[in-house]
Amino acid sequence: MKYSAINLVRNAFSYHENWQKAWSSPELKKDYDVIIVGGGGHGLGTAYYLAKEFGVKNIALLEKGWIGGGNTGRNTTIIRSNYLWDESAALYNHAVNLWEGLSSELNFNVMFSQRGLYHLAHSVHDMQEITRRAYSNYLNGIDAEILNQDQVKKNIPHMNVNGRYPVLGAILQRRAGTARHDAVAWGYARAAENLGVDIIQNCEVTGIDVSNGIVTGLQTTKGSVNAKKVGLVPAGHSSVLANMAGFRLPISSVPLQALVSEPIKPILDCVIMSNTVHVYVSQSDKGELVVGAGSDSYNSYSQRGSFDMIEHIMGPLTELFPIFSRLKMLRQWGGIVDVTPDRSPIIGKTPIENLFINCGWGTGGFKATPGSAHVFAETVAKGEPNKIAAPFSIERHFSGALVDEAAAAAVAH
Amino acid sequence: MSNQNRIYKGGRIDRDLAINFKFNGKEYIGYQGDTLASALLANDVHLIGRSFKYHRPRGILTSGSEEPNALVQLGLGARTEPNMRATEIEIYEGLEASSQNCWPSVNFDIGSINNFLSRVFPAGFYYKTFMWPPSLWLFYEHFIRKAAGLGVAPTVKNPDRYEQKFHYCDILVVGGGASGLMSALAAGRSGCDVLLIDEKPEPGGYLRNTSAKIDNLNSNDWTNEILKELESYDNVTILNRTAVMGYYDYNYLTALQKVTNHLPYLSDKMPRERYWRIRAKKVILAQGAFERPLVFSGNDRPGIMLASAARTYLNQFGVLPGKSVILFTNNDHAYGTAIDFANKGAKVTIVDNREDIPSELSDRCNKVKIKIYPSHSIINTHGYQKIKKVEIQKVDQDNNELTGSLREIECDLVLMSGGWNPSVQLFSQSRGKLEYHSKLNSFIPKDLIKNQKVVGCNNGNFNLLEVLKNSYQAGLDFATELGKSANKSLEIETAFEDLEFTEAKVEPYMIGKKKVTHGSKHFVDFQHDVTAADIFLAQREGYISVEHTKRYTTTGMGTDQGKTSNVNALALMSHIHNKPVDNIGHTTFRPPYSPQTIGAIAGRNVDHLFDPERKTAIHQWHVDNGAEFEDVGQWKRPHYFPQKNENIHDAVNRECRAVRNSLGILDASTLGKIDLQGPDVAKFLNLIYTNAWSKLEVGSCRYGLMCNEHGMVFDDGVTTRISENRYHMTTTTGGAARVMSWLEEFLQTEWLDMEVFCTSVTEQWTVLSISGPNSREFLSSLADVDISKEAFPFMKMKEGKVCGIDARIFRISFTGELSFEINVPSRYGLFVWNEFMKHGKKYDITPYGTESMHVLRAEKGFIIVGQDTDGSVTPKDINMDWIVSKKKEDFLGKRSFSRSDTRRIDRKQLVGLLVNDKKTVLPEGSYVVDEAKPRPPMDMIGHVSSSYYSPTCDHPIALSLIKNGLNRMGDVVKIPLMSGKVIDATITDSIFYDKEGARNNE
Repeated sequence: MKYSAINLVRNAFSYHENWQKAWSSPELKKDYDVIIVGGGGHGLGTAYYLAKEFGVKNIALLEKGWIGGGNTGRNTTIIRSNYLWDESAALYNHAVNLWEGLSSELNFNVMFSQRGLYHLAHSVHDMQEITRRAYSNYLNGIDAEILNQDQVKKNIPHMNVNGRYPVLGAILQRRAGTARHDAVAWGYARAAENLGVDIIQNCEVTGIDVSNGIVTGLQTTKGSVNAKKVGLVPAGHSSVLANMAGFRLPISSVPLQALVSEPIKPILDCVIMSNTVHVYVSQSDKGELVVGAGSDSYNSYSQRGSFDMIEHIMGPLTELFPIFSRLKMLRQWGGIVDVTPDRSPIIGKTPIENLFINCGWGTGGFKATPGSAHVFAETVAKGEPNKIAAPFSIERHFSGALVDEAAAAAVAH
Repeated sequence: MSNQNRIYKGGRIDRDLAINFKFNGKEYIGYQGDTLASALLANDVHLIGRSFKYHRPRGILTSGSEEPNALVQLGLGARTEPNMRATEIEIYEGLEASSQNCWPSVNFDIGSINNFLSRVFPAGFYYKTFMWPPSLWLFYEHFIRKAAGLGVAPTVKNPDRYEQKFHYCDILVVGGGASGLMSALAAGRSGCDVLLIDEKPEPGGYLRNTSAKIDNLNSNDWTNEILKELESYDNVTILNRTAVMGYYDYNYLTALQKVTNHLPYLSDKMPRERYWRIRAKKVILAQGAFERPLVFSGNDRPGIMLASAARTYLNQFGVLPGKSVILFTNNDHAYGTAIDFANKGAKVTIVDNREDIPSELSDRCNKVKIKIYPSHSIINTHGYQKIKKVEIQKVDQDNNELTGSLREIECDLVLMSGGWNPSVQLFSQSRGKLEYHSKLNSFIPKDLIKNQKVVGCNNGNFNLLEVLKNSYQAGLDFATELGKSANKSLEIETAFEDLEFTEAKVEPYMIGKKKVTHGSKHFVDFQHDVTAADIFLAQREGYISVEHTKRYTTTGMGTDQGKTSNVNALALMSHIHNKPVDNIGHTTFRPPYSPQTIGAIAGRNVDHLFDPERKTAIHQWHVDNGAEFEDVGQWKRPHYFPQKNENIHDAVNRECRAVRNSLGILDASTLGKIDLQGPDVAKFLNLIYTNAWSKLEVGSCRYGLMCNEHGMVFDDGVTTRISENRYHMTTTTGGAARVMSWLEEFLQTEWLDMEVFCTSVTEQWTVLSISGPNSREFLSSLADVDISKEAFPFMKMKEGKVCGIDARIFRISFTGELSFEINVPSRYGLFVWNEFMKHGKKYDITPYGTESMHVLRAEKGFIIVGQDTDGSVTPKDINMDWIVSKKKEDFLGKRSFSRSDTRRIDRKQLVGLLVNDKKTVLPEGSYVVDEAKPRPPMDMIGHVSSSYYSPTCDHPIALSLIKNGLNRMGDVVKIPLMSGKVIDATITDSIFYDKEGARNNE
């Protein structure tokens, strides 16, 4: 049943008892043309675009827990595309273009809210950095504005622009914003299932069958299954899956934390990021301040980090917004991020034929969800990297053709 | 009438100390010891606020930190605080609080229109609508945002202070109720260092509210005796008004202590809250349990509260919140509350959904004239702003349908009890595993982590005597493990609690007048307005995982984090799927236990203590002489020294000319300095830097580039051999800490065989860089060493006295002019600087800042790491292949130079750019194209990394990284500005001045 205001009212008369399942729980079949491993936004989106745009009929998506339960449901929901390098800009802007039509496309309100994102500059060096980024964005056709201190103060009246590290200016991307993270997973799942994708939850992959260098199927906690092609999208556990297939990834996995405050009435209507004062914050539609903390400096698969990372975010948060000091932290949590040496993702082929991987999104994968899914779907369907995805092949870690966003944005994404 | 619900005596309040406070602008009187909730109930105020989504009137549900409904805006102005639980706020003279999430008032709230439209606003409705037209989402969202949220944030800076404290103890006991007191007592008697933490103003927990008897004392007096003994031990610390918030690995816990929140005055000496970081050898959790609400139709009206909460208000605060009372229950324990109320003169009716009521119970109820309706259920309630009436009917348990006649009962208070849920939040945070207890129908701790015990109701035990004994034993056991023993045993003979809690079924929902999914308003999560129908809807739509149900319906996501709602939601899911609750699972419990003040976690890391300002020894001179500063990392560096009406350009031009023509002086103390010692330093430097270090003689300096593993430039600086096994390394100002960790990382993890010791000495040395044609003449009069051209060549270091102070003099240059860097111990820095300024007068010595330094070095084509490099630049890219050793077997980055992309000959390379109009200073960061199109996108070939007006050349200069740039000398390229204007420029060599390097060899 189509989601719409009219149908909502219509269903009110039947006490909403006639709504269908957003997605069902079919049994795992024996054979699939393509199996996507990992039911986060990127995996679900891949399955959706494979079915929708690339004509693949027989698709399964395997998720070891519940869909959207990994980093899709744990991030700070920030979406932007004002990246420095051309390759990144193309990828993330492809995503923003898709975000803009995503609610309509999926008939599921993912609440993509283009409330604007301010990246603050606190020193002469920061100003140089954002100016360079703004020029790069401008020539890549991505919206960017450089604001001075007065303009920032006017737009964000509650921000302290005269603190220890005064806010000298900011780069503003108006097309940037936030989205409702869970809805992205659910929306893709519902739309994918409408196109015939089998979404199998609680199905953990325990082995990857490879014969003569070609992937043939998977071992799972729900039995074995044959597949002509397999796409791995297992953020947080990419190395584990790669290991099953017998190859290694240049990835380290670390816990990244975030927190929310108690809900309050609207006080902050944009997204704020600062690398120098090291905080990023926005306010959700529910009224909670959503605050990103740092990632631990040691590797771990435990979905909680060390508390000092949370402590270290509170000074910067109250430094930038002294009025937040009396508010309360409601909940803190962690997720595992797979980080590559250049902080850019790996999208493409693997040493195993017909086995593809999409991973290494580090701390900033959510914003890319539709773009990532779309370019990966094409890569899996055609067996060759999509044009936007091509620079992000695993090969670059051998050739040295890095897309080094680590240098460009040392802290937050 | 004031305090009309207050009973004449009893409770822990002081009736002689009246306290005036305001709620929603109206004045009330309460007593010392009251919470805001008890004082309002005493004044018959039940309507406290409005719910999150439907804006339904809400009252007081609980008497503690689990309160989902009675949230208020506390205080005014800078000290206002949203979402404060009235059940926890201790009243003080002058307190002002108001209802939140309502407009214009809590009595008449426009937002309550949502309640009438609630039928079209089921769980997750927003996912199904507001999609058309897509461009209007921000418009819709504006109204959604306005309707959401609860209280309001202050709009001015928080004037209060928060302190932090570390604490180490043998045994941490969390919870000061019956079980916690016993564990603390045993541990305290054993001589262990004990920290006992309790949320409330005084420990005692439920013992304060019940009519239990321990030996021959009533539980209140007995508690006081125990407390007296505990307080007599020096090794026992008791923290009241303190909540343990987080439970992390290896018994690391955080707690928040309210220090002055309950006081009417503000103290300069005391912080508002104190944040504790506790490392405990052993932890005993004794947090008790929360009473479970019943899910019945219309269970959310003001005047409906938990039975145990009502008993607390009665026995602890002397408040009888209603006189015609209905108790709706499924267990024996709640009868105690009914009997207490009847004894205080209330008319009490019990609606019990069980068929068989023990005869002992009914006999006792008969005695106090309590009427019992067994096998009955409340099927509907009435009263908009306060409960007025309930409808009850008999339930045919076998067929789960209503039978018999409907009865209406007028009332002014409804109490409910659905059993008890152990407070497993903290235990679960510690990663202990839970199991479902089939008699309690709730989760209890199963697998403990190391050095942890859970006691009392917290562990699912509700028998008072057993609780006392077991908890005491837990304290003894831990003491024994720590090698201590108690000199006293527990002397308790009898402990009797009237109507002990033993078991309760968990009712997914109570059958109502309307079908549960048909707008019956069976609330599961009160704060977020999640009804049983919403849980049904989520299951119907496939949000079956417990996490999906939570996120789709928002149950358990309120400020109480599901303390009152989680188990009921799980029971509903279990009912719908016809699966045991164990199979449904539970959501993850995350810190903090209760909402925790952000300012307290920040502590003193705010304002001037947020991040230290690093200042050089000369800083005050710079301030006194009008320097404009810039932040470079944590350092404050003079940016330029404007004189009179000079702007930055005038000042920089003057400063640069002074250096080129006579004598300039720069405070270069912020440069990173690392002292390297040991027999293997040369070997170490060979691996760290790209060039060779083996042959560097004592007293010689060498410039080096550091690359990361990818072969990309990462830092640079001059390193000098001071003596046989001692080197002095300099780094960039911003990169000092990074380089230090980099060196240590390799020494500690890769090259363990090397004997090299690194010490940061950045702050130990003041560095005065004097530069200009007159610098030698100037310095020779102040130094006691021969600094003549012959005796002191370029890239050498000498030790001697300067102005009578021991100094290291380096002959190095970052300006291209004849320069000396004089390092003196920092305590003499200002003295030497002042001497220089005095003696330099005849050369018109001119202090210059970082901006002039940048211009001067750019004229010479010297790079600044981080400005002309960005992590994607090799030494070869910056035309410095000469510094990369071709002979060394290995160094960091070497491997990567052979990679295909790094080897590429058309990489972006550092070149100079001269604008063709000789006037325009290109914006730093602007991009270079071969072909300018009318509008973006355009293909970029590089960017401008440094750009200045050069006073020496008298035209603008720029450094730029351009694709294949070194092979494109003389080519004209274009720089499109954001204004639409396009600037033409010509690619040139990156050295603009003194290409031969003659001047610094003067």
